[in-house]
Amino acid sequence: MTRQKRRTGRRHPLATVALLALGLVFTGGAYAALSSGTIAQAEVDPSSQQTIEEGKKLFQANCATCHGLSAQGTDEGPSLIGVGAAAVDFQVGTGRMPMQMQGPQAQQKPPQFTDEQVKQLAYYVASLGPGPDIPSDHLVNGGGDAANGAELFRINCAMCHNVAGAGGALTEGKFAPPLTDVSGVHIYEAMVTGPQNMPVFNDLNISPEDKRDVITYLKYVQDNRSPGGIELGSLGPVAEGLFIWIFGLGAIVAITVWITAKSN
Amino acid sequence: MTTAPSATAPQKRSFTSAASVYVNERTSIAGFVKELGRKAFPDHWSFLLGEVALFSFVVVLISGTFLTFFFQASMVEVHYDGSYVPLKGVEMSVAMASTLDISFDIRGGLFVRQMHHWAALLFVAAIGLHMLRIFFTGAFRKPRELNWVIGFTLFILAMAEGFTGYSLPDDLLSGNGLRIIDGMVKGIPLIGTWTSFLLFGGEFPGTQIVGRLYTLHILLLPALVVALVALHLVFVVVHKHTQYAGPGKSQQNAVGPPILPIYAAKAGGFFFIVFGVLALIASMFTINPIWNYGPYDPSPVSAGTQPDWYIGFADGALRLIPPGWEFVWLDRTWSFNILVPLIVIGIFIVTVLIYPFIEAWVTGDKREHHIADRPRNSPTRTAIGAAGVTFYAGLWAAASSDILATHFSLTMEGVIHALQAVVIIGPFVAYFIAKRVCIALQKKDREIVLHGYESGRIVKLPGGEFIEVHQPLDEYDRWRLVSQESYAPLMIRPNARGKITAGQHVRAALSRWFFEDRIAPVTKGELESGHDTHH
Repeated sequence: MTRQKRRTGRRHPLATVALLALGLVFTGGAYAALSSGTIAQAEVDPSSQQTIEEGKKLFQANCATCHGLSAQGTDEGPSLIGVGAAAVDFQVGTGRMPMQMQGPQAQQKPPQFTDEQVKQLAYYVASLGPGPDIPSDHLVNGGGDAANGAELFRINCAMCHNVAGAGGALTEGKFAPPLTDVSGVHIYEAMVTGPQNMPVFNDLNISPEDKRDVITYLKYVQDNRSPGGIELGSLGPVAEGLFIWIFGLGAIVAITVWITAKSN
Repeated sequence: MTTAPSATAPQKRSFTSAASVYVNERTSIAGFVKELGRKAFPDHWSFLLGEVALFSFVVVLISGTFLTFFFQASMVEVHYDGSYVPLKGVEMSVAMASTLDISFDIRGGLFVRQMHHWAALLFVAAIGLHMLRIFFTGAFRKPRELNWVIGFTLFILAMAEGFTGYSLPDDLLSGNGLRIIDGMVKGIPLIGTWTSFLLFGGEFPGTQIVGRLYTLHILLLPALVVALVALHLVFVVVHKHTQYAGPGKSQQNAVGPPILPIYAAKAGGFFFIVFGVLALIASMFTINPIWNYGPYDPSPVSAGTQPDWYIGFADGALRLIPPGWEFVWLDRTWSFNILVPLIVIGIFIVTVLIYPFIEAWVTGDKREHHIADRPRNSPTRTAIGAAGVTFYAGLWAAASSDILATHFSLTMEGVIHALQAVVIIGPFVAYFIAKRVCIALQKKDREIVLHGYESGRIVKLPGGEFIEVHQPLDEYDRWRLVSQESYAPLMIRPNARGKITAGQHVRAALSRWFFEDRIAPVTKGELESGHDTHH
């Protein structure tokens, strides 16, 4: 009986497990709360002299080798005067800059700077000359008209990026990357600044509201799986043809072998 | 509880038996069933590939019938009002809107649509594999030449069925496909423009084409396919099925389980397996997501726009043509960038179509053949096949040049140039390698027949000599390896008037090309002496 009693309450065999779980939930929750707090605090004042000074230091340490000490450009890299904060936020925020190596186009990689540092760099470059600014949240949160965005996307973007944003090939090793996990801010910035081989879609060409609709469509595609099942990369008939030859016909041939196998 | 014999029913017959008697008394079908039921069908997995094609065609017919209840082949413009949000309010044709309704608003519609499309892809793929089996085993030889022609025509009809179906939803992808066809038609000198206007009822895209393609897709082409499939199967029954060489199998018989009951049961079960595999694929994998492509509009073209796989070789041929192959002459534009692929593909198709007659003429072989060749025993034919497959595969791969470039981090130009080499030089390389591999395999077979397998057992003779014991073949295996026909190049002979015609010279030259490198099959004498001198 004593044994039975000892195994209830805080001496229950699962008490340790419960305690551990509780501890983990608290730690995780606190971490999540704190880290979201830090993101919120990463709001950098664009006009403060301190931001620009910090940005300048970062620029001179990390970018000046190719872009020049005052971003005037060298043989290795273009001038950044007048490219605006949006261009820097896109290039550095997606990890394309600092560039790993010269090639047909800068490859995406994990970002090398914190969000705060990216913003400091962006506002430093923006202070050198007027250019497109980082878009405000209401333009990039995907709250527009998906149908209009889809139509604009098919007409303006699908040639290179594919109708489902799966990406596509360009000439001489260049390519249009997939848009399946690009954030709304970066899509917007890409449209206004035309990074790598992409053309610029300025506000006269596609209005900010239309850009918001394009982002809304891409968010829709990102958030909604294909109603037909597994997408096979959304690559179109090539993926479908490969699938039916390898898996469809492969399965069928395996079955024919099984059906005609002689019993031993 | 006892069963007292009844006066009214002296013989108690089962329902099945009574029913068959009833039917037979009115149709005399017993003789037919008996005859057909006793047909033997040789058992080999590769003999079932044609059935896969047939069964997927049945699935295509059944699912297609369902789709006709809901699809509307009209190009009248409407504003989409279905449940797919990113297309709401977008202007599109009724054809596109009804296909979207099938996909989103009709119960089971998307599943059946996907099954129809997947089954169509499998249909053409199975035909392709079936034809390769026929080609490489020489099963197209006398008396089956006409059936080869029928089968190949079915392949072409299946491609036409596929392409017309691909074009029906009037989405961006199908419109782009039609635009390429329109361009190809317009590239033909003199008649091109007129033909295009005739086809589309005016300037592309017009308002006619979907209706016209629909008639082709659900009436004319299926009727032709069904009729030719029936004829194809009648010929299979008339000719008997081919079989691989083996003890007890000869040119005069067909060895295998009879159609009734064994083979029919197996084939019936196999139909449901094929149906099941297609249903599984259709329920799990998206195909042709027209909601992504949106309605057709002549201005946009998506990256990764390709035809379905079976038209890929034609698309690839267009992509491989170097730039600048068109010029103005006599005040007309001559589009050799379109004419050359059309002509090359035309020659390729006609050559495949009439290949049985070419080979029959070259070999001068007028005998019937019911034993399927092993591909190695006809090295030149196998090598020709390998060259053809390489040529086709190069064109086919070229249709996905952009996908190859992005997914293997290559340049588009590099992919195109490499595939140009594959298409032009590749067939010769493939021909040479395949022929040498066949001859080497024949040599190995000959060695095995004469000396048996190496057993790895080393024996020391009393005199001190070491020998390896070879394990002789059993009779069954040997039969398979020795029963092949041997050919020799044709001699040039003068005809009745004592003249040697130019045709004779060509034929002798081709025959020499076909048969000059050959390994003679093991003769009975060699076999016996081989056994005698065996260590």
